[in-house]
This record gives sequence, structure tokens and C-alpha cells, in this order.
Amino acid sequence: MSEKESPLKKVCIICAKGSIEDVYATLVMANGAVMEGIEAKVFFTFFGLDAITKKQMNKLHTATIGNPAMRMPGGLPFPTLLGALPGVEAGVSAMMKSQMEALDIPPVDEFLEMVTAGGGEIYACKLAMDMFKLTMADLSEEVSAVLTVGDFYAMCGGENTQIIFT
Amino acid sequence: MAEKTIAGKTVQVNDEGYMTNPDEWTKDIAVEMAKENGIELGDKHFEVLEFLRNAQAKGESLTIRKVGKSGITDIKGLYQLFPGGPLKLSSKYAGILKPASCV
Repeated sequence: MSEKESPLKKVCIICAKGSIEDVYATLVMANGAVMEGIEAKVFFTFFGLDAITKKQMNKLHTATIGNPAMRMPGGLPFPTLLGALPGVEAGVSAMMKSQMEALDIPPVDEFLEMVTAGGGEIYACKLAMDMFKLTMADLSEEVSAVLTVGDFYAMCGGENTQIIFT
Repeated sequence: MAEKTIAGKTVQVNDEGYMTNPDEWTKDIAVEMAKENGIELGDKHFEVLEFLRNAQAKGESLTIRKVGKSGITDIKGLYQLFPGGPLKLSSKYAGILKPASCV
């Protein structure tokens, strides 16, 4: 069957990491889905919970060490030792955020609102919440509920549904 | 590239049905296109369409965030006006090409 006859209807996206690139990949995919009329359900777990925790959501960083794709402006390699200096990771992360803002990509809190405005649903993982001692009060208002993985799978049924792990 | 007659006017459209020449656009065309998707255009819809046409004419990149900040409607409202395609459908009815945008 061609993709025209059987279009994607629902995406269930799981985000388990809390770096800028992991969280934004998740949010761009979720928002992109609802913009196309595709149902989107997003499950944040482990370090991904930072993306929906009020205190952390707009302070995400990208790793400046252990990231071989990291380069200096201009394309030269980014020395690992430089990445280890205090403030470098924060500076690089701020730069990434400003570059995204220039492309009209919003901060995390606003991005979550955009996804839910389009009917997307945001969930938090119960196990990870317990592990990090978080409660619903710590989370963004855009989060619908705290779920077990079983609850989440129960939402991922139906024809033309895909589960995506970012 | 193909020609299509919409609301009695022959216009250039691409494979996806987006008009390739914004100057050929009329309000009647927008109304007719929206009808195909079961959407009846009102004043608010046309405000959005005008906003998109102006932004596109200025060469700006189009995003739902930009429309949401335009003061016409918020993003939730935009989804209500154009269900299932806040940017895709509105651009189509505005007689402009589908924006190559992920937000």
C-alpha cells in the first residue's frame, strides 16, 4: 500500500534524554505531527523529564564533551578539554538556543504549549518521576498525566501508529 | 505544474494543489478551496490569509508561531480555524506555496 492510501495517523514519541538536541528533536517531531493533522502523544522519561520540569525546562544544555559532532563556529574541531572548562557548556548552549530562536523555534515551555494547542498530549513516566522524587507540581501545566509504560502503550494502539524513540 | 479552474477562474497550481502565482488569487478562490475541506471561511480566516500573503510577499519565512504572535489569533485559535493543517491549509487558501517549515 502506498503512503498516499494509508497515511500516518498517530505518532507516539518517547524522550529519555535531557540535552537540547534530544528534547528539541522530540518537540519538533511532535509539533510537526500535529501541524499535519497527525495525532501526537509524547512520553518523557528519565533525563527527558527535564524537558517538562518547570525548574529545568528552559535551562537545557548540549554536551560539549563526549560530543564528536561539536565544532567551533567556522567548522574547526572543538577540543574536548575546552568543553570541560567552566561556563563553556553554558555558553555553547546559549548560542544554540539563540540560533534556534532566529529560526522561530521557541523555548521549551512555549514549544510544549504549541504542541498541546494542536491537540498533542504530553505525559511523564511514573517510574522516572519516583526515581527523581518529582511530583505533578514540579511539572509543566501542559503535562496531562503521569503514566506507567503500560498506560502509555495502551494509548499507542490503532492503525497507522508509529512509536518513535528519540 | 497544472491549470485548475477554481471559482470560475483558471489558475496555475502545483501537484499538491497550491497556487504558484499569488497574484492570481481572489477571495472567491479561497472560499472555494476551503469548501473542499469542509471549512467555511469567515473574517478571522481572511485576516490570517492576508497576514500570510503579506509575510510571504516580504520574503519572510512562515511558521505557526509567527501567526500566533500576529495578534490575529493564538496558536490554539489557528488550529480551530484550520483544523488538521494550521499552516498547510491556510497557505493553500492564501494562494501561496506550502511553507517549507517544521514549526
